[in-house]
Amino acid sequence: METKYTAKDYKSDQYVRWCPGCGDHAVVNTLQKAMAEIGVAPHNTVVVSGIGCSSRLPYYMNTYGFHTIHGRGLAIATGVKTARPELSVWAVTGDGDCLAIGGNHFIHAVRRNVDINILLLNNKIYGLTKGQYSPTSDRGAVTKSSPFGTVEEPFVPAELTMGARGMFFARAIDVDLQTSKEVMVAAAHHAGASVVEILQNCVIFNDGIHKYVSDKEYRAERSIVLEHGKPMIFGAKRDKGLILEGLNLRVVTIGENGITENDLLVHDATTMDNLLHCKLAMMGVDNDMPVAFGVIRSVEAPVYDQEVEQQIKDVQAKKPERTLQDLLMAGEIWEVK
Amino acid sequence: MSEKTRIIDTDKVVIRFSGDSGDGMQLAGTIFSNLSAVFGNEISTFPDYPAEIRAPQGTLGGVSGFQVHLGKRIYTPGDKCDVLVAMNPAALKTNVKFVKPNTIIIFDEDSFTESDLKKADYKTLDPFAELGLSNVQKVAVPVETMVKSSLADMGMDNKAILRSKNMFALGLVCWLFNRPMEHAMEMLKNKFGKKPSILDANIKVLTDGYNYGNNIHATVSTYRIEGESSEKGYYMDINGNKATALGLVAAAEKAGIPLFLGSYPITPATDILHELSKLKALGVKTVQAEDEIAGICTAIGASFAGNLAATSTSGPGLALKSEALGLAVMAEIPLVVVDVQRGGPSTGLPTKTEQTDLLQALYGRNGESPLVVMAASTPTDCFDMAFTASKIALEYMTPVILLTDAFIGNGSSAWRIPDMGRYPEIRIPYVKDEHKEGWKPYRRHESTNVRYKAIPGMEDFMHRLGGLEKDFHTSAISTNPENHEHMTQVRQDKIDHVANNIPLLNVMGNPDADTLVVGWGGTFGHLYSAVEELNQSGHPVAFAHFRFISPMPKNAEEVLRRYKKVIVAELNNGQFASFLRGKVPGVNIAQINQMQAQPFQVSEIVEDVIKLMEK
Repeated sequence: METKYTAKDYKSDQYVRWCPGCGDHAVVNTLQKAMAEIGVAPHNTVVVSGIGCSSRLPYYMNTYGFHTIHGRGLAIATGVKTARPELSVWAVTGDGDCLAIGGNHFIHAVRRNVDINILLLNNKIYGLTKGQYSPTSDRGAVTKSSPFGTVEEPFVPAELTMGARGMFFARAIDVDLQTSKEVMVAAAHHAGASVVEILQNCVIFNDGIHKYVSDKEYRAERSIVLEHGKPMIFGAKRDKGLILEGLNLRVVTIGENGITENDLLVHDATTMDNLLHCKLAMMGVDNDMPVAFGVIRSVEAPVYDQEVEQQIKDVQAKKPERTLQDLLMAGEIWEVK
Repeated sequence: MSEKTRIIDTDKVVIRFSGDSGDGMQLAGTIFSNLSAVFGNEISTFPDYPAEIRAPQGTLGGVSGFQVHLGKRIYTPGDKCDVLVAMNPAALKTNVKFVKPNTIIIFDEDSFTESDLKKADYKTLDPFAELGLSNVQKVAVPVETMVKSSLADMGMDNKAILRSKNMFALGLVCWLFNRPMEHAMEMLKNKFGKKPSILDANIKVLTDGYNYGNNIHATVSTYRIEGESSEKGYYMDINGNKATALGLVAAAEKAGIPLFLGSYPITPATDILHELSKLKALGVKTVQAEDEIAGICTAIGASFAGNLAATSTSGPGLALKSEALGLAVMAEIPLVVVDVQRGGPSTGLPTKTEQTDLLQALYGRNGESPLVVMAASTPTDCFDMAFTASKIALEYMTPVILLTDAFIGNGSSAWRIPDMGRYPEIRIPYVKDEHKEGWKPYRRHESTNVRYKAIPGMEDFMHRLGGLEKDFHTSAISTNPENHEHMTQVRQDKIDHVANNIPLLNVMGNPDADTLVVGWGGTFGHLYSAVEELNQSGHPVAFAHFRFISPMPKNAEEVLRRYKKVIVAELNNGQFASFLRGKVPGVNIAQINQMQAQPFQVSEIVEDVIKLMEK
């Protein structure tokens, strides 16, 4: 795709201060490439963040950027986008920022369907405060604040997104640059709140937390990249697939028990009913299914910031008042002569 | 038919309508005050809502009141009332503190039965004696019976019929005050025009109420209130919350940018959200956020994007917004925060008034976090102050907290529709082409220290803001100790500069007196009236009222030092007094403090000032 911009146009002059080997380096580079592909000018792009390692990202972007306060990035991004729907608004957040202190703003931004592209960098740990468990840490995770293991159940971002009536959810992993870029571009093109979960490695406090799917040795067997309109195939030899059995997904092998590619589920990201999207997103959680990547759900629905503008237009079509003076003189008034 | 005993000519009178929260007292009161305003009286009104939405009928918790003060030189809704309308025994009991000798008490005798008295916790069957009300003019009216016979032929059900009781009371009061009925009917038409049967019923009962007053053998005084020849122009009745909303609209128009409100419903500030939500035709955007924090944060986002952004709240909400306010201070973003103060701490007395958020507004944030704090003095002043708060926020790139309160927020008075051409321009310090070279977001105007504003969409001015400390020269993140000290001073200095653009403190009353009464915010009317009374009764006092608190007017220190004794009167435990002691040390400050979550009573201020003067 041909655009006027290159990744360099979105890169700021600031020295990147993440730890060497941190997954965030890949994310920011990929985001710059994705933005160049999307082609919105840097001066019409706003990147908002909260607090945490991932929230440093706006400083490295040569766009308009706002590094705000812990958990509130999405509320601030909602204000930016509602005030100026023509801008391309991105929010970068982490599992603590987004799902702990900012949980309320997350579910409401998703529910309202504000057209914000939300990059949720999930490393299942608090990095900036040096190693406490997060709302996505697995039950039993041993961290500095849970030396004997956590006794709480984690959120699954996809499940929470769909529970909040989310219309777009995609997942990628930091080491898979291609899928990361593709889902970012898809998120930008989707009108409404787009949640992109990026499984990201914290080399210092939670190294290898996503090893189950990040390790090249078995990544192909333990993950599936979903593509809208295509059969659900995975595996190093592209010989495995998914079928629906009753209400459950099941892994099958092509060529075994008479299974052919035609028997496999074809991914439809656009159904309003989110049951199957949820099932796909929950693969690998409490089961041995392959972890789903790519755009899992992408449904068109009314978009908050556009609806706000439309309502103003609709009212203006009926009411002639455009200034305060018009408004006051049309109200209940009396004259003193 | 008997002649009325006497007609009193007076220049001011206080009427209090009270009844069950379902009795329509707010409507009766509003109509009466509006038609008095049309008649040429100055008006000041104050609705006194019950805390419960619908307490059991006839109980003390469900009493709703509406007080109106009308006549000449009206600055408050009045202390005690000349006329009290009590639709039931609970209303009588709740409002006994507003009764004075000779008050006319109009009451619905049909609602004073034994069971009604029991509901309102009376011990005896004689409520007036039990409450010690001997020296009053009682007007017992069988309102319910009269309304039922008035509407007998209208084919309405009993419930609908009884809903018109307030109009009978209104008719009676109109008779008592020699008010022509045409305007009242006009207002009813505006309200019920789409429901002709209800309109007809209301007009019939209103007229019957008036005629009833005219025909009974009542031996009470009736009033003729002098009209004031107000300044020519168009007028409307406005409460402080609506005036605040419209002031924001006016400022956005002046500045030539859209208005955005992010807000979460909270008593008594919610009307600001209601008012602005209606103004879609003017392009106003409102977001009802998921919480108080999102209310201010959406506003901060909208401000970053270039709108005039505001958030409205009350004390508990301001507490929740404090971290985000710090961000606005640090990022140097224009923002108007309206705090309609209520009784606190915690949930406190949500429907009642107080001035207890002053120190929270000034200091309730982490770090050295200076911003502008202002306080509106009357319902109509809310318009000017919301306009000015917006102007300062936009021109100085700073958050501004505008303090109002439940009293002026809900209270109303007649407002002359202003000529916006006479309001000052608002000049936003946008970046200019010459700033492109080496552009940095914290680049400032040399003398005012105001940073220049670039908004998304402007080419060549991309930048990153944030809550982390920034380097004065490069605008990059900095933890350099000297730089932090310098930036702290720069942020303070910018706020101090605002003093160059606010009016000087005006000394009212008798400026040559030895004693200065000082107030701030929504107590203006009571203090002004008290000072007038004091000077008229041979107690010379001067009066200074603060609308700008941080920074203070430039002459504030000089004014305070001019007087031997300074008496600071406020509805809290001495917040402004302690602030002044810190800012202007060595001044002899005495205090009048009231913490009943009610407005001052003028008579009590007069007494307290005299006592303090004699000390």
